[in-house]
Amino acid sequence: MQPFEQIVHDYGPMVLRVCRAVVGPQDAEDAWSETFLSAMTAYPGLDPDAHVEAWLVTIAHRKAIDIARANARRPVAVDDIPERPGNSDRPESWDGDLWAALKALPKRQLQAVAYHYLAGLPYKEIAALTGGSTDAARRAAADGIKTLRTTYPRDGTEEKGAAR
Amino acid sequence: MTASDRETGNPFAGLPWQDEPMLARLHERLEAQAQQEGILDVAYRTIDTPVGALLLAATDQGLMRVAYEVQDHEAVLQQLADKVSPRILQAPTRLEKAARQFEEYFSGRRTRFELELDWRLSKGFRREVLVHLPDIAYGHTESYAEVASASGSPKAVRAVGTACATNPLPVVVPCHRVVRSDGTEGGYVGGQGVKHTLLTLERAA
Repeated sequence: MQPFEQIVHDYGPMVLRVCRAVVGPQDAEDAWSETFLSAMTAYPGLDPDAHVEAWLVTIAHRKAIDIARANARRPVAVDDIPERPGNSDRPESWDGDLWAALKALPKRQLQAVAYHYLAGLPYKEIAALTGGSTDAARRAAADGIKTLRTTYPRDGTEEKGAAR
Repeated sequence: MTASDRETGNPFAGLPWQDEPMLARLHERLEAQAQQEGILDVAYRTIDTPVGALLLAATDQGLMRVAYEVQDHEAVLQQLADKVSPRILQAPTRLEKAARQFEEYFSGRRTRFELELDWRLSKGFRREVLVHLPDIAYGHTESYAEVASASGSPKAVRAVGTACATNPLPVVVPCHRVVRSDGTEGGYVGGQGVKHTLLTLERAA
């Protein structure tokens, strides 16, 4: 079994991307911290053949649900916190427009998009995590991406421009 | 990210894939929280010294392992994961005191380490030998035979050599002060050149 430091090094960036997409910029750091603290606690008992990405995303998925519930109970929801003014630094930023576009997706689509495109999980594992069939997970990701291309239409412009 | 992702228009394609400053901050927070929760079984850091980078690793009991670069730090961490616990993080805070004492030692300002030691990586006769070594004063040496006698087994000269060669806490537990009866320095875990450097440092101070 590898030293846990290696796990943090190898998968920390991936978990951060997933947290940013699923819980948003405000809560991403808390979600990451709670995910790795839980993972480290359980680590010595992890099956050596386990798929580490899927294991970490599963923990992050649960932490994201906890955070969403806690936010829902709070008098001031994250939605009501005004966006920082002048935060127009897309496309290099996770804040602002991208998060607004992600947040507008149905939850299943957001999860499927994040777990497939940011964590690299196969649809079969995403289905195991979010419920439903592998095909449903694939469709949710495709629908989510399709919506994002209209609500956050930055990608493809360079490629299409270059192809012309 | 695959070519097909790009064709389907991956909306994340333009985003930074790594965020080093935030990851560094999150790592520090994990170190502190793991320590607080009591799940940081092994903390480590590396320090630069005149004899190369040294790996220092500690449990909550104390300093457990010191390793030279030639011993392969990655391999040593893997051994610690196997023998002690895989809950290992690079967490310099726990090793601040040790790092300071090493710095003082290598600058000739410290003649004795005052650190809690975790002896769990050494057992039996080897451990008996090693526990005695800090009694050899700074700047002095003893022969393998003398150390064997002091450990109560005058015939175990070879075993003393083995104990020194497998010392998990070199420098702090001064196996470099154990030399051959003919006055030559003999072998060393960090390499003979390192042994010579340490003995020279101690003679000069």
